Amino acid sequence: MMSTSIIYLVYLVAAVLFILGIKGLTKPRTAVKGNRLSSLGMLIAVVVTLFDQSILSYQWIIAGIIIGGATGATLASKIQVTSMPQLVAMLNGFGGGASLLIALANFLDPQSATHTIALISIAVTILIGSVTLSGSFVAFAKLQELISGNPIAIPANKLLNGILFVAAIVLSIMIVNNPNDTVLVYLLVAVALVLGLLLVLPIGGADMPVVIALLNSYSGIAAATTGFITGNTVLIVSGALVGASGLILTQIMCKAMNRSLFNVLFGVMAEGGETIDADEVYAGKVKSSSAEEIAMMLETAERVIIVPGYGLAMAQAQHAVRDLANVLEGRGTQVLYGIHPVAGRMPGHMNVLLAEAEVPYEQLIEMDEINPQFEQTDVAIVIGANDVTNPMAREDKGSPIYGMPILNVDKARSVVIVKRSLSPGFAGLPNPLFAMDHTLMLFGDGKKAIVELTQSLKEAD
Amino acid sequence: MDILLLLTLFVVAIFLGVEIITKVPPTLHTPLMSGSNAISGITLVGALLSAGSGAGMWVNVLGFIAVVLATINVVGGYMVTNRMLAMFKRK
Repeated sequence: MMSTSIIYLVYLVAAVLFILGIKGLTKPRTAVKGNRLSSLGMLIAVVVTLFDQSILSYQWIIAGIIIGGATGATLASKIQVTSMPQLVAMLNGFGGGASLLIALANFLDPQSATHTIALISIAVTILIGSVTLSGSFVAFAKLQELISGNPIAIPANKLLNGILFVAAIVLSIMIVNNPNDTVLVYLLVAVALVLGLLLVLPIGGADMPVVIALLNSYSGIAAATTGFITGNTVLIVSGALVGASGLILTQIMCKAMNRSLFNVLFGVMAEGGETIDADEVYAGKVKSSSAEEIAMMLETAERVIIVPGYGLAMAQAQHAVRDLANVLEGRGTQVLYGIHPVAGRMPGHMNVLLAEAEVPYEQLIEMDEINPQFEQTDVAIVIGANDVTNPMAREDKGSPIYGMPILNVDKARSVVIVKRSLSPGFAGLPNPLFAMDHTLMLFGDGKKAIVELTQSLKEAD
Repeated sequence: MDILLLLTLFVVAIFLGVEIITKVPPTLHTPLMSGSNAISGITLVGALLSAGSGAGMWVNVLGFIAVVLATINVVGGYMVTNRMLAMFKRK
């Protein structure tokens, strides 16, 4: 058996490896090494814990690790890259769920739930763990399209959430004062689970990147509060790191939408001054084009910027886009990709998708860097993106999306929009970009349209 | 352990996290999320202690389910991060 001091020293080593690992994950060059360091930290933390003298039997542990390990490995290797947002949502939920169960187990353990600090930590962990579990479950269901991805309106949303939150706090205080009353704990679990459901149900698809990042943060905080129950330092440090990383991503996502976290969580859109009539914006000005016509335009283009959105993921068009880029590059055209931070359903969604199609990441250009380049661009091709290219965000002070940073696609010499129809994006607004003189619409399924375009371009040679 | 020490550790670790992750390139947003998610699977340590404790059947059962969930988190998180990073690496 190992002494507690040695175990905690090894935990310290693990925590250092996590810090180095997460630091590595912030640069493309060091990311693979960072992930390895962090997994090494996890391995030694788990192995040293197995020597803890409070562990009396190993059959539950072995069974759990075999089942969990096999499931995790299968999920990670079988999942389609287009389903990555669902997987991340699911993993967040499992993290929160594990913390919740550990808090419950500690509550039932007469040796663990002895002092006030442990009881407070148990109550807080139950609250955050349950919200993470049920919130992630709703996010998963929305992304997997088990339920509608649109915002689901809940009457008196803010009031209801407020009441549930106050109820959770009151229950927590009661648990600390009556540690023998198990009913209170189950009530807290129920209230917190409902709170998680109600927090995520009203949030629509385009706001998903914020939610996923926030739940990521919660899963870390829940791990940290679990550490407070038994005074486990490695849990506190690693949980805090993950909590911080999730918070930073949440902040980046909110900034990229020019919305506060509060507004995203409670589905508040800025007041749109006047309602904008789609017919008025589009009438007689939208030009529908064909693959042949656009191929002719691309033949002489020197620089093309491709702007992907969620529609690219929906149509699974990433490989078709790469083929088109290959043909263009073969003809001497420079191809770049303009990536909006909130394009898609999770932070970095487009980057992962295009990386799967072997697009070198040097060609994926961030918004601030690509925007000055549109003016020297012959053709911008927008595939399945809408709100993030809407010039109203830049020009129309009365517009609900005014102030949101956008990709200045309209500055390119010609713009091609690949889209199923003129239907509005998440913000419900018409996009004046579609009606501009230098814009051509290529209506149809993203993948099919791009494949036809590539075909026409090849035939032109 | 002294609660004040633990709180200090928690707050300092949050600030440390914010400092080291100040500017993540968007290319790495998803791997950072799945990789840090694997780290939050560190609750596995707490789950192991509950699953193996002698505090009774229910503690063990809850611990067992927690071990399953946390292991999915750890193994799935690290493997899928590795898979994504491998896609970014190749040229």
